[in-house]
Amino acid sequence: MQVALFFIFATLAVAGAVNLLVQRAPINAALSLVAVMGALAVLYLLLGAEFIAFVQILVYAGAIMVLFVFVIMLLNAQPDEASHRSRVARIIGVPALVALLVEFAGFLATQFSDSPVRMGEYISSTEDLGMALFHQYLLPFEVTSVLFLVGLIGAVLLAARREDPPAAMPTAVSSSSAKTTPAELVIR
Amino acid sequence: MIPLSYYLILSAILFCLGVAGFIIKTDVITVFISIELMLNGVNLSFVAFSHFLRDIGGNIFVFFVMVVAAAEAAVGLAIIIAVYRNRTTLNVDKMNLLKL
Repeated sequence: MQVALFFIFATLAVAGAVNLLVQRAPINAALSLVAVMGALAVLYLLLGAEFIAFVQILVYAGAIMVLFVFVIMLLNAQPDEASHRSRVARIIGVPALVALLVEFAGFLATQFSDSPVRMGEYISSTEDLGMALFHQYLLPFEVTSVLFLVGLIGAVLLAARREDPPAAMPTAVSSSSAKTTPAELVIR
Repeated sequence: MIPLSYYLILSAILFCLGVAGFIIKTDVITVFISIELMLNGVNLSFVAFSHFLRDIGGNIFVFFVMVVAAAEAAVGLAIIIAVYRNRTTLNVDKMNLLKL
Protein backbone atom coordinates (compact mmCIF):
# COMPACT_ATOMS: atom_id res chain seq x y z
CA MET A 1 0.00 0.00 0.00
CA GLN A 2 2.91 2.28 0.76
CA VAL A 3 4.36 1.68 -2.70
CA ALA A 4 0.96 2.36 -4.26
CA LEU A 5 0.64 5.62 -2.33
CA PHE A 6 4.12 6.66 -3.42
CA PHE A 7 3.43 6.00 -7.08
CA ILE A 8 -0.01 7.65 -7.05
CA PHE A 9 1.26 10.87 -5.50
CA ALA A 10 4.56 10.90 -7.38
CA THR A 11 2.59 10.67 -10.63
CA LEU A 12 0.32 13.46 -9.40
CA ALA A 13 3.31 15.67 -8.60
CA VAL A 14 4.97 15.08 -11.98
CA ALA A 15 1.65 15.62 -13.79
CA GLY A 16 1.17 18.91 -11.93
CA ALA A 17 4.69 20.04 -12.81
CA VAL A 18 4.22 19.14 -16.49
CA ASN A 19 0.88 20.97 -16.46
CA LEU A 20 2.69 24.00 -15.05
CA LEU A 21 4.94 23.97 -18.11
CA VAL A 22 2.16 23.39 -20.62
CA GLN A 23 -0.37 25.95 -19.40
CA ARG A 24 -0.04 29.46 -20.77
CA ALA A 25 -2.11 31.38 -18.21
CA PRO A 26 -0.25 32.21 -14.96
CA ILE A 27 -3.27 31.40 -12.80
CA ASN A 28 -3.31 27.81 -14.14
CA ALA A 29 0.41 27.50 -13.43
CA ALA A 30 -0.12 28.69 -9.84
CA LEU A 31 -2.97 26.25 -9.23
CA SER A 32 -1.02 23.31 -10.66
CA LEU A 33 1.83 24.22 -8.31
CA VAL A 34 -0.68 23.93 -5.45
CA ALA A 35 -1.47 20.40 -6.69
CA VAL A 36 2.26 19.56 -6.71
CA MET A 37 2.61 20.86 -3.15
CA GLY A 38 -0.35 18.79 -1.92
CA ALA A 39 1.13 15.65 -3.48
CA LEU A 40 4.52 16.42 -1.93
CA ALA A 41 2.90 16.85 1.49
CA VAL A 42 1.60 13.26 1.26
CA LEU A 43 5.11 12.08 0.34
CA TYR A 44 6.47 13.92 3.40
CA LEU A 45 3.96 12.07 5.55
CA LEU A 46 5.16 8.79 4.00
CA LEU A 47 8.69 9.80 5.03
CA GLY A 48 7.55 10.45 8.61
CA ALA A 49 8.00 14.23 8.52
CA GLU A 50 4.62 15.18 9.91
CA PHE A 51 5.43 18.77 10.89
CA ILE A 52 6.98 19.53 7.51
CA ALA A 53 3.95 18.01 5.76
CA PHE A 54 1.48 20.23 7.58
CA VAL A 55 3.66 23.34 7.25
CA GLN A 56 3.86 22.56 3.54
CA ILE A 57 0.06 22.71 3.33
CA LEU A 58 -0.43 25.64 5.71
CA VAL A 59 2.42 27.96 4.75
CA TYR A 60 3.39 26.94 1.23
CA ALA A 61 0.10 25.97 -0.38
CA GLY A 62 -1.88 28.25 1.90
CA ALA A 63 -0.03 31.50 2.43
CA ILE A 64 2.60 31.76 -0.29
CA MET A 65 0.40 30.55 -3.14
CA VAL A 66 -2.44 32.82 -2.02
CA LEU A 67 0.06 35.68 -2.34
CA PHE A 68 0.89 34.54 -5.88
CA VAL A 69 -2.77 34.22 -6.88
CA PHE A 70 -3.50 37.62 -5.32
CA VAL A 71 -0.74 39.28 -7.36
CA ILE A 72 -1.87 37.50 -10.53
CA MET A 73 -5.39 38.84 -10.04
CA LEU A 74 -4.16 42.29 -8.98
CA LEU A 75 -2.06 42.72 -12.13
CA ASN A 76 -4.64 40.96 -14.32
CA ALA A 77 -1.92 38.75 -15.79
CA GLN A 78 -2.81 37.57 -19.26
CA PRO A 79 -1.63 34.34 -20.91
CA ASP A 80 1.90 34.90 -22.12
CA GLU A 81 2.49 35.21 -25.83
CA ALA A 82 4.98 32.83 -27.37
CA SER A 83 8.36 34.44 -27.62
CA HIS A 84 10.30 34.22 -30.86
CA ARG A 85 12.40 31.28 -29.79
CA SER A 86 15.51 30.48 -31.74
CA ARG A 87 15.75 27.12 -33.39
CA VAL A 88 19.04 26.44 -31.63
CA ALA A 89 17.27 26.50 -28.28
CA ARG A 90 14.80 23.87 -29.41
CA ILE A 91 17.48 21.66 -30.95
CA ILE A 92 19.98 21.88 -28.11
CA GLY A 93 17.93 22.86 -25.07
CA VAL A 94 15.48 19.98 -24.82
CA PRO A 95 18.09 17.22 -25.36
CA ALA A 96 20.39 18.96 -22.89
CA LEU A 97 17.65 18.99 -20.26
CA VAL A 98 16.81 15.32 -20.90
CA ALA A 99 20.52 14.46 -20.73
CA LEU A 100 20.82 16.30 -17.39
CA LEU A 101 17.83 14.41 -16.03
CA VAL A 102 19.11 11.03 -17.28
CA GLU A 103 22.50 11.79 -15.75
CA PHE A 104 20.89 12.65 -12.40
CA ALA A 105 18.59 9.63 -12.45
CA GLY A 106 21.33 7.23 -13.51
CA PHE A 107 23.64 8.38 -10.76
CA LEU A 108 20.92 8.26 -8.11
CA ALA A 109 19.61 4.88 -9.23
CA THR A 110 23.02 3.25 -9.10
CA GLN A 111 24.10 4.97 -5.90
CA PHE A 112 21.06 4.64 -3.67
CA SER A 113 19.11 1.70 -5.08
CA ASP A 114 19.91 -0.70 -2.21
CA SER A 115 18.81 1.67 0.54
CA PRO A 116 15.14 1.09 1.30
CA VAL A 117 12.99 3.67 3.03
CA ARG A 118 10.15 2.29 5.12
CA MET A 119 7.19 4.20 6.39
CA GLY A 120 7.03 4.65 10.14
CA GLU A 121 10.45 3.35 11.03
CA TYR A 122 11.69 6.84 11.71
CA ILE A 123 9.20 9.56 12.59
CA SER A 124 10.66 12.98 13.13
CA SER A 125 8.16 14.24 15.65
CA THR A 126 7.32 17.87 16.17
CA GLU A 127 8.82 17.64 19.66
CA ASP A 128 12.22 16.53 18.31
CA LEU A 129 12.05 19.23 15.67
CA GLY A 130 11.33 21.92 18.26
CA MET A 131 14.11 20.71 20.55
CA ALA A 132 16.62 20.77 17.71
CA LEU A 133 15.39 24.12 16.44
CA PHE A 134 15.59 25.89 19.79
CA HIS A 135 18.79 24.31 21.08
CA GLN A 136 21.14 23.36 18.30
CA TYR A 137 19.84 25.75 15.65
CA LEU A 138 18.84 28.70 17.85
CA LEU A 139 21.17 31.23 16.19
CA PRO A 140 20.05 30.44 12.60
CA PHE A 141 16.45 30.62 13.81
CA GLU A 142 16.94 34.12 15.20
CA VAL A 143 18.84 35.21 12.10
CA THR A 144 15.97 34.06 9.89
CA SER A 145 13.55 36.08 11.99
CA VAL A 146 15.67 39.18 11.30
CA LEU A 147 15.69 38.19 7.62
CA PHE A 148 11.90 37.96 7.71
CA LEU A 149 11.63 41.42 9.27
CA VAL A 150 13.89 42.90 6.59
CA GLY A 151 11.87 41.14 3.89
CA LEU A 152 8.63 42.49 5.34
CA ILE A 153 9.91 46.08 5.41
CA GLY A 154 11.39 45.70 1.92
CA ALA A 155 8.13 44.37 0.48
CA VAL A 156 6.15 47.25 1.98
CA LEU A 157 8.66 49.83 0.72
CA LEU A 158 8.85 48.35 -2.77
CA ALA A 159 5.13 47.93 -3.31
CA ALA A 160 4.14 51.27 -1.73
CA ARG A 161 2.89 53.83 -4.22
CA ARG A 162 5.14 56.90 -4.26
CA GLU A 163 3.14 60.03 -3.55
CA ASP A 164 5.88 62.58 -4.22
CA PRO A 165 6.96 63.16 -7.82
CA PRO A 166 10.38 61.73 -8.70
CA ALA A 167 13.24 64.11 -8.13
CA ALA A 168 14.20 64.19 -11.78
CA MET A 169 14.84 67.27 -13.90
CA PRO A 170 16.92 69.36 -11.45
CA THR A 171 17.01 72.36 -13.80
CA ALA A 172 13.24 72.51 -14.09
CA VAL A 173 12.86 72.27 -10.32
CA SER A 174 15.35 75.08 -9.71
CA SER A 175 13.64 77.37 -12.21
CA SER A 176 10.16 76.73 -10.87
CA SER A 177 11.13 76.80 -7.21
CA ALA A 178 11.34 80.57 -7.26
CA LYS A 179 7.60 80.75 -7.93
CA THR A 180 6.50 78.21 -5.32
CA THR A 181 5.42 79.59 -1.97
CA PRO A 182 6.59 78.01 1.30
CA ALA A 183 3.07 76.59 1.80
CA GLU A 184 3.32 74.67 -1.46
CA LEU A 185 6.72 73.34 -0.43
CA VAL A 186 5.29 72.06 2.81
CA ILE A 187 2.52 70.27 0.93
CA ARG A 188 5.01 68.81 -1.44
CA MET B 1 10.19 -1.03 0.75
CA ILE B 2 10.64 1.99 -1.50
CA PRO B 3 14.27 2.59 -2.45
CA LEU B 4 15.65 5.97 -1.50
CA SER B 5 16.58 6.46 -5.15
CA TYR B 6 12.88 6.71 -6.12
CA TYR B 7 12.42 9.75 -3.95
CA LEU B 8 15.64 11.28 -5.23
CA ILE B 9 14.72 10.65 -8.87
CA LEU B 10 11.29 12.25 -8.31
CA SER B 11 13.09 15.20 -6.73
CA ALA B 12 15.41 15.45 -9.76
CA ILE B 13 12.44 15.30 -12.15
CA LEU B 14 10.67 18.14 -10.32
CA PHE B 15 13.88 20.19 -10.24
CA CYS B 16 14.50 19.71 -13.98
CA LEU B 17 10.89 20.65 -14.83
CA GLY B 18 11.37 23.77 -12.71
CA VAL B 19 14.56 24.63 -14.61
CA ALA B 20 12.72 24.11 -17.91
CA GLY B 21 9.88 26.40 -16.79
CA PHE B 22 12.36 29.01 -15.62
CA ILE B 23 14.00 29.03 -19.05
CA ILE B 24 11.09 28.73 -21.50
CA LYS B 25 8.41 30.86 -19.82
CA THR B 26 8.10 34.51 -20.80
CA ASP B 27 5.74 35.59 -18.02
CA VAL B 28 7.63 36.83 -14.98
CA ILE B 29 5.10 35.38 -12.49
CA THR B 30 5.34 31.93 -14.09
CA VAL B 31 9.14 32.17 -13.94
CA PHE B 32 8.78 32.86 -10.23
CA ILE B 33 6.44 29.88 -9.81
CA SER B 34 9.06 27.70 -11.53
CA ILE B 35 11.60 28.78 -8.90
CA GLU B 36 9.18 27.62 -6.21
CA LEU B 37 8.89 24.27 -8.02
CA MET B 38 12.68 23.91 -7.93
CA LEU B 39 12.72 24.65 -4.19
CA ASN B 40 10.04 22.01 -3.64
CA GLY B 41 12.06 19.43 -5.55
CA VAL B 42 15.09 20.11 -3.38
CA ASN B 43 12.97 19.96 -0.21
CA LEU B 44 11.81 16.46 -1.12
CA SER B 45 15.38 15.19 -1.30
CA PHE B 46 16.19 16.88 2.03
CA VAL B 47 13.28 15.09 3.73
CA ALA B 48 14.18 11.78 2.08
CA PHE B 49 17.79 11.99 3.27
CA SER B 50 16.63 13.09 6.72
CA HIS B 51 14.50 9.95 6.95
CA PHE B 52 17.23 7.73 5.54
CA LEU B 53 20.01 9.00 7.81
CA ARG B 54 17.75 9.23 10.91
CA ASP B 55 18.83 12.84 11.33
CA ILE B 56 16.51 15.72 12.16
CA GLY B 57 18.83 18.20 10.44
CA GLY B 58 17.22 17.68 7.03
CA ASN B 59 13.82 18.66 8.39
CA ILE B 60 15.32 21.77 9.99
CA PHE B 61 16.86 22.70 6.67
CA VAL B 62 13.51 22.31 4.90
CA PHE B 63 12.03 24.62 7.53
CA PHE B 64 14.64 27.28 6.72
CA VAL B 65 14.14 26.81 2.98
CA MET B 66 10.44 27.49 3.50
CA VAL B 67 11.21 30.66 5.48
CA VAL B 68 13.55 31.92 2.79
CA ALA B 69 11.00 31.03 0.10
CA ALA B 70 8.32 33.01 1.92
CA ALA B 71 10.56 36.08 2.27
CA GLU B 72 11.63 35.72 -1.35
CA ALA B 73 8.03 35.50 -2.54
CA ALA B 74 7.03 38.61 -0.59
CA VAL B 75 9.96 40.73 -1.83
CA GLY B 76 9.87 39.32 -5.37
CA LEU B 77 6.16 39.93 -5.84
CA ALA B 78 6.59 43.48 -4.51
CA ILE B 79 9.32 44.00 -7.12
CA ILE B 80 7.01 42.59 -9.80
CA ILE B 81 4.28 45.05 -8.76
CA ALA B 82 6.74 47.96 -8.83
CA VAL B 83 8.05 46.94 -12.27
CA TYR B 84 4.53 46.50 -13.62
CA ARG B 85 3.61 49.96 -12.36
CA ASN B 86 6.50 51.49 -14.31
CA ARG B 87 6.60 49.36 -17.45
CA THR B 88 3.00 47.98 -17.59
CA THR B 89 4.24 44.61 -18.80
CA LEU B 90 4.92 41.22 -17.27
CA ASN B 91 6.91 39.88 -20.22
CA VAL B 92 10.52 39.18 -19.27
CA ASP B 93 11.66 39.87 -22.84
CA LYS B 94 10.45 43.45 -22.51
CA MET B 95 12.07 44.05 -19.11
CA ASN B 96 15.49 44.67 -20.58
CA LEU B 97 16.43 48.01 -19.06
CA LEU B 98 17.82 48.70 -15.62
CA LYS B 99 16.81 52.34 -16.05
CA LEU B 100 13.15 53.32 -16.05
